[in-house]
Amino acid sequence: MPAKKRVPKRTPVKKAASSRAAGPATVPVQLRWLAHARSGDKGDTANVGLIALEPEYYPLLVKEVTRQRVARHFRGGVASVERFELPNLNALNFLLHGALDGGGTLSLKTDAQGKVYSTALLRMEVPVPRVLARRLQPPRGPRTSPA
Amino acid sequence: MSERKVRVAAGQGFWGDWLEAPVRQVRGGEIDYLMLDYLAEVTMSIMQKQKGRDPRMGYARDFPPLMERILPDIAEKGIRVTSNAGGVNPRGCAEAVLEAARRQGLAGRIRVGLVTGDDILDRLDDLLARGHELRDMDTGRPLSDIRDKVLSANAYIGMAPIVEALKGGADVVVTGRVTDTGLTLGPLVHEFGWSPEDWDRIAAGTVAGHIIECGAQCSGGNLLRDWRSVKGMANPGFPIVEASADGTFVVTKHARTGGVVSVPSVTEQLVYEMGDPNSYITPDGTADFTSIRLEQAGRDRVRVSGITGGPRTPMLKVSIAYFYGYKAVGTLVYSWPDAYDKATAADKILRQRLADLGLEFEQILTEYVGANATHGPLAGPPDPEAPEVQLRIGVRAREKAPVERFTREIAPLVLTGPPSVTGFAGGRPAVEEIVAYWPALIDRREIEPHIKVEILTA
Repeated sequence: MPAKKRVPKRTPVKKAASSRAAGPATVPVQLRWLAHARSGDKGDTANVGLIALEPEYYPLLVKEVTRQRVARHFRGGVASVERFELPNLNALNFLLHGALDGGGTLSLKTDAQGKVYSTALLRMEVPVPRVLARRLQPPRGPRTSPA
Repeated sequence: MSERKVRVAAGQGFWGDWLEAPVRQVRGGEIDYLMLDYLAEVTMSIMQKQKGRDPRMGYARDFPPLMERILPDIAEKGIRVTSNAGGVNPRGCAEAVLEAARRQGLAGRIRVGLVTGDDILDRLDDLLARGHELRDMDTGRPLSDIRDKVLSANAYIGMAPIVEALKGGADVVVTGRVTDTGLTLGPLVHEFGWSPEDWDRIAAGTVAGHIIECGAQCSGGNLLRDWRSVKGMANPGFPIVEASADGTFVVTKHARTGGVVSVPSVTEQLVYEMGDPNSYITPDGTADFTSIRLEQAGRDRVRVSGITGGPRTPMLKVSIAYFYGYKAVGTLVYSWPDAYDKATAADKILRQRLADLGLEFEQILTEYVGANATHGPLAGPPDPEAPEVQLRIGVRAREKAPVERFTREIAPLVLTGPPSVTGFAGGRPAVEEIVAYWPALIDRREIEPHIKVEILTA
């Protein structure tokens, strides 16, 4: 299978979408440009706390990062997903049940304690209004990707 | 009006955390309490194993030497210490601290509060006989299914015995399975005289404890947001709670330390290991995490307010550890070109050999580190130009023999498998015993009458 070379995107807006002058009203954007996250474990359940980078992004997360979409994102890897809202922290909490291969000491996984499920969720793409997508900036600091 | 503040500083987020942190917390500025959390789900079983080999062990061995370093400071400054370093042998731990105090010339000047009663290993058969099934909270199975394999059993207990020990004059409180949050809540209840049924304040102290229980994980450590902007982490500032009598508090850290205390850094810690945020249950009460308000109140200062809570539940959680079986994980590194394809070819060969040998495992798991070990299929197709890929293959079985045999099948791949392989200098992988975790609930009336506080003097 010819594997495509993975070069981290320099901007969150997909080229194909942004090059069209009068494209759709939304473009797909990875959650990493809208949120930060941390995860942990309880038994065989991993949790991911997804926190909006700006308060104004929170309603978008509530609308787009649904329980069903998260379950689809992790399909094959989790048994079921629960979602809780924390508007006070501009955060959503996801419980990914059955995600840790037995959990704790039973699991043979590198990430037996679900520490980086957080970043796996940040790979998910959600539709973002074109106007907002243009404003989303990569984080400050030097890029690690080849220029 | 100068309002009275109580400062609780976190010094360890787990057994194995940075050894310098508690020393710097004590010497780097003003604090009233030093809180040291050592226990995670599996820690108790590790300690139980160590106690099995040597009855004087079974606690966080780092703790007495650490105390020996800082006892002169805390004696001079009047700082008091709360810690669950006692593990499954709090008495042995307390005695080691007393010896350390005597060696430091502090005989007669250090009092250790010893909290016992959380350990129910010796009471299990009695409890089962009286109808407590101690079912696994996740699977619903009764404990009788694995009774003969149980290694440790401890109830999570709350802040009450810590308050009692502090009231009794303890400088250092040593406990077993007191909750992480109770180690912070206890000092606040003691200092402010909060009623144990003032649910909002109990919840506030619990949230304070949750924020600092993982040490620097709320003050710049493991912080994903703008991680490049976190500076000075060679000397990370561990968190300090400055609490007020009304239940509000500020999270901060000592001046001239690295890291950052910000709304994002505290928020990341708040959601860590979170379940249902509306009801964070501890032995002391329930906290509503959706009530928490955070605001930046200066550089490296986050003000926390608005917290509401509810009554404690009639049940306590019990942490049971039992022997499950064996596992081993072997690794080999394959280099460019075609690193990933070489690693997958090696995996195929290895699995065929294991099958031909008739070895049976509960599970064989292969991961390719550098390609998809942490994100699985979400990582996308592997990069054919990857400079290297690590083959990581793990097995688990109830019996030791197949796992033992597996560990001898890794190295041979070097001369009998795909080319450009390295990274096997560590030798054969170790066979590990698996101690599994069994969470259960028990009526608190079975535990609380057994909790005992003793004040011992060096």
